[in-house]
Amino acid sequence: MSKSLFEKVWDAHAVRQLVNGQTQLLIGTHLIHEVTSPQAFGMLRDRDLKVQYPHRTFATVDHIVPTNESVEPYSDPLAQGMIEELRNNCADNNVTFFDTNTGKQGVVHIVGPEQGITQPGTTIACGDSHTATHGAFGAIAFGIGTSQVRDVLATQTIALNELKVRRINVNGTLPPGVYAKDVILHIIRLLGTQGGTGYAYEYAGTTFDKFTMEERMTVCNMSIEGGARVGYVNPDETTFEYLKGRPYSPKGAAWDAAVDQWKSFASDTNCTFDDVVDIDASHIQPTVTWGITPGQGVGIEESIPAISDAPTQSERDSVAEALEYMQFEGGSPIKGKKIDVAFIGSCTNGRLSDFQEVAKYVKGHKVAEGVQAIIVPGSQVVAKIAEDLGLDKIFIEAGFEWRAAGCSMCLAMNPDKLVGDQLCASSSNRNFKGRQGSPTGRTMLMSPIMVAAAAVTGQVSDARDVFGFASAEV
Amino acid sequence: MSSTPIKKVTGKGVFVPGDDIDTDRIIPARFMKCITFDGLGEYLFHDVRKTESGEDKKHNLNDSRFAGASILVSGNNFGCGSSREHAPQSILRAGYDAVIAGSFAEIFFGNSTNLGVVCVIASDADREIIASAIETHPELEITIDVENHKISYGDQSVPCEIKPGARDSLLSGNYDPLDELLVGADEVSKTAGALPYMQA
Ligand code: SF4
Repeated sequence: MSKSLFEKVWDAHAVRQLVNGQTQLLIGTHLIHEVTSPQAFGMLRDRDLKVQYPHRTFATVDHIVPTNESVEPYSDPLAQGMIEELRNNCADNNVTFFDTNTGKQGVVHIVGPEQGITQPGTTIACGDSHTATHGAFGAIAFGIGTSQVRDVLATQTIALNELKVRRINVNGTLPPGVYAKDVILHIIRLLGTQGGTGYAYEYAGTTFDKFTMEERMTVCNMSIEGGARVGYVNPDETTFEYLKGRPYSPKGAAWDAAVDQWKSFASDTNCTFDDVVDIDASHIQPTVTWGITPGQGVGIEESIPAISDAPTQSERDSVAEALEYMQFEGGSPIKGKKIDVAFIGSCTNGRLSDFQEVAKYVKGHKVAEGVQAIIVPGSQVVAKIAEDLGLDKIFIEAGFEWRAAGCSMCLAMNPDKLVGDQLCASSSNRNFKGRQGSPTGRTMLMSPIMVAAAAVTGQVSDARDVFGFASAEV
Repeated sequence: MSSTPIKKVTGKGVFVPGDDIDTDRIIPARFMKCITFDGLGEYLFHDVRKTESGEDKKHNLNDSRFAGASILVSGNNFGCGSSREHAPQSILRAGYDAVIAGSFAEIFFGNSTNLGVVCVIASDADREIIASAIETHPELEITIDVENHKISYGDQSVPCEIKPGARDSLLSGNYDPLDELLVGADEVSKTAGALPYMQA
C-alpha cells in the first residue's frame, strides 16, 4: 500500500497504542530552550525521574538573550536566572547545550538544521510552536507543551493522535520580488488560521522542488499559523546536499546508508491524501498582514478589507477588532502605511540567504529618518558567515543596527520591544496583539525584502518598485 | 499514579468575548520569564484586563459580579498561537477548571487536557445563550457534564462536544499520560533500536 511520508515516519516511530486510543510515539530528536524546559526539569525532579535518552536532547538559549549585550550577568536578572537554570539542567543531565560561548548558539529552529541534527525521516519535538520548521527536511516535527517536554525527557515519547494529511501543491515560478514568506502568508490567507487543524501539511509542487532548504524552512515554520501542527516537504537531493558534512550528519558509509533510508521515507507517488489544494505560484503577490492574525493579509497592490466586505457577523467583528487595534481604515490601501520600526530576523527569516538577499538590494539605500531598523541573525553561525561576507557593513552603512543572535523583537522576552503603539514592519511570524512587547504595539508581517523596502521609504512599499525588481532576472 | 476522574465541572462563569484569543493574550510573553509555573495565574489576560499604566479596564474579568468564576466562556479558535503551556497553566492557576469555546487550537487543547482543564465546544448560538444567562444572573452555577455532553445552568441545558480521546482520559482520570508512557519503556527501546539515528 502506498503511503505518505507522514504515515511512514509515524509508523516507524509508533511504540504502542494507549488506553485512550492515542499512540505512544517515539520522539527521536528533542530540542529544548530556556522558556519551556525549566518547569519540565522541575517536574522530573519532583518525581525522581531521570532523562532517559540524554544524547537525543539538544539545548540552546534564544528567547531571553539580549542581542546588544554579551557579558553576563545580563542586566535583566530574570533572564540571567533562566540561562543559568538551563545551563545547570543540561549539565546535571548530560544534555548537549549550545551555550553562548560555543559559537553555535541561536534560535532553536535555526540551530537544529545548521548543525545537521534535523534529519529526514525522524520525529522531532520542541516546546515551541514553530517546531514544524524542521519539517523542511522531511521530518515530522511537533510543537509541544511543557508537560510533554517532561514526557519526552522521561520517556523519549509523547501521547498523540494521528493527523490527517493535506497536500498543498504550489506549481510554477514565483514572480520577481515574491519569496517563500509570501507563499506561506498566501497559503494562510487562503486556508485560514484554523484551516490546518487536525492536519499535517505536505508542501509540494515544482515551486517547492526548486526551493532551497532555507526557503522550505520559511514555509514550514509558519504551518502553525495556519493551524497545522506539522508541515513538511519530502526530502530530495537539495535536502541531502544541505546536510552533507554538517557536524551531526552521518559520515562515511553511514552517510550513504542514511541517504538511502531517507529517500525511502518520501511520500509514494501514487499515495492518496485526505485533502489536496493546488496553488499557482504566478498568482502570489508580495503579501503583507494588516490585522492581528497571520491570516489577515493582502497583496501589496490591494486594499485593507472594509468591515462590510466580511460575509458573516463573526468575521465582521474580527475585521472591526483588527482595524481598531491597528488604527487602520477599512478599504484604505496597504501601501503607504507609515512605519516606526523595521525588524529582520526570527526563525522564519533569520537565515543567511535572507540577509544576503536584503544586502543585495539595500546597498546604496538609507533607512528613512525616524525609523529604527534592526537586523538580527538567527544564530551565531549565521552571524559569523554574514560578517565574513561583509554583510554587516552593508547593513550598518545603510542605517540598520546589526545585532547578536537571538529571537529579539519576534517576541517580548528580551530588551528588543516596541514602545507604545509603534508600527513595525517585521519578517517574523506573529502579529498578535502585544506580540512585540508593547500591549498596543502593531505588527505587519512581510518578507525581509519588503521589510527592507519599508525601512528605506519609511512606509509599507512595494519592494519591486523601491529596488527595481522589474528589471531583475526571473 | 492516575488522577481523580473528572466527570463534571461546576462553577460560576465569565464571558471573554472574541474569536482567535491567542496565547499572547492569555499570558503575554513578558510574564513568561520564570522557571516555575507558580504565580502565573496573576497575569492571566493581563493586557486584556489592564491599561498600559496598570489600571483596570472595563472588562468582565475585572467585574466583581463575576469574581470567583471557574468556567471561561469564549469564541472560536481559542488558544491559538503558541504551544506554551504557560497559557493553560495560567488559566488553571487563576482558578479556572474549564473553558467553553466555539473551537480550540490543537496544541492548546492537548496541553489543557493533560492538566485536567476541561475544554468543551458549544455552538455560537448556544454560547450566546450561556453568555447572556451569565450576564443576567452572574451568580448562576454552570455545570459541564463531560460524560453526557451537556452544559446545564438553572433549569436549562445545551449540548456540547468534547473530543472522544480527551473525554475518555478525563472520565478515567488518565489525562496525564506520563505513567502510562513510563510503563512502555521496553517497547520504546525496541522501537528506538530499529532506528539508526537513535543509536548513541
Ligand atoms: S524567533 Fe520568534 S517564533 Fe521563532 S522561536 Fe524565537 S520567539 Fe519563537
